[in-house]
Amino acid sequence: MRKSVSIAVLTTALVLGMGTIAISQKKFLASAQQKPETTGVKIDNFSFGPGTLTVPVGTTVTWTNHDDIPHTVVSSDGAFKSKVLDTDEKFSYTLSKTGTYPYFCSIHPKMVGKVIVQ
Amino acid sequence: MAGKVKDEILHDHNHDGIDRRGFLKCMAWAGTGAFCVMSGGVLKSYSLSRLPELGSKDALGELSFVQISDSHMGFNKPANPDVAGTLKAAVDKINALSAGPEFMLHTGDISHLSKPEEFDTVDQILKSAKPKDIFYVPGEHDVLNDDGKQFLERYGKGSKGGGWYSFDKKGAHFIGLVNVMNLKAGGLGTLGHEQLEWLEDDVKQLKHSTPIVVFAHIPLWSVYPEWGWGTEDSAQALAYLKKFGSVTVLNGHIHQTMQKVEGNVTFHTAASTAFPQPQPGKADSPGPMKVPAEQLKSVLGITDVNYVQGQQALAVVDSTLA
Repeated sequence: MRKSVSIAVLTTALVLGMGTIAISQKKFLASAQQKPETTGVKIDNFSFGPGTLTVPVGTTVTWTNHDDIPHTVVSSDGAFKSKVLDTDEKFSYTLSKTGTYPYFCSIHPKMVGKVIVQ
Repeated sequence: MAGKVKDEILHDHNHDGIDRRGFLKCMAWAGTGAFCVMSGGVLKSYSLSRLPELGSKDALGELSFVQISDSHMGFNKPANPDVAGTLKAAVDKINALSAGPEFMLHTGDISHLSKPEEFDTVDQILKSAKPKDIFYVPGEHDVLNDDGKQFLERYGKGSKGGGWYSFDKKGAHFIGLVNVMNLKAGGLGTLGHEQLEWLEDDVKQLKHSTPIVVFAHIPLWSVYPEWGWGTEDSAQALAYLKKFGSVTVLNGHIHQTMQKVEGNVTFHTAASTAFPQPQPGKADSPGPMKVPAEQLKSVLGITDVNYVQGQQALAVVDSTLA
């Protein structure tokens, strides 16, 4: 009994270890090939989620509007500006420079968010 | 809308005269309309469902007009999949008013997505309304993508700057303001310096006894700033109107009727003809409120305004589409 438990633990550790290696390789490959990563921001209930998103340089961020009401994604310093997004419409922008990008919905300016590019 | 529907509200502060300060009352309801008579500081409002009970004196005046708002043509979500149908119902209601209104005000969000065909549909439906003159101010949904260019071409002829203007009807001075342009991150509706200067100049020569009616899309009072329901620089605009004995402010945007009386100013928001929105803070967000189909028309409506010359009386009637 004890032996089989040990084997199970060992197997789990092995699988986890391999998983870590696989992820590391993937990350390495991504950076080596400069393949852009993508990540998303959900617009829901008149808010951006996550409100603050931190991404590496070169990431393409996609905003998707899940509300019944149209919204926009407009960076406060003019770096990017979406057309109006109706329900389920998306806007993508690739952030190629480091920095902090505050943005808001120009229709409902109480809706604010930011992307930190590292 | 949760909560008991009120049939009648009555602000009676005529004993205090028009300069009463500090009186502040805010009542919000949906599912009903209001008929209001203002006479130098008195504001009475009745549910439109009670209009038949009102005497003809209450319903008649020197001037009557209708306010409609937030048609959101193009909206097709479950909260109301037929906004054209409910706008038509609003027109039927207007055409059935016994005291034929002389003109209409549309306080914005004519369209949902600023699409030409959405404006076309509204124009087509409103053609069948008996009042032929319609005065518009834009909502934020009417100025998407083009900074209001299309709106101004269609509805802003003769207006100044971003679409503001004024006109006189039977001794009352009407002022259409624009507070949906150049909105700043984290902010509320905004009028802007240029428009405020114009307003100051516009009212400078008017007699203090002139009844003033201001209409704009976003409320010019702080309804619920957390949801952006207010206008940042409205205090400056209202300061220019302080000298007048009777000021009525008509807004839309919040898709529910709400009133407040503050000194000589009566604030009033109109229901939407398209879909209701929750009471301030009563939901996670101000998104469209879904109500059972059979209740929808009871939370949509029109506003009929009736001005009695000489008595400085302005009657505001909210009527549901039910």
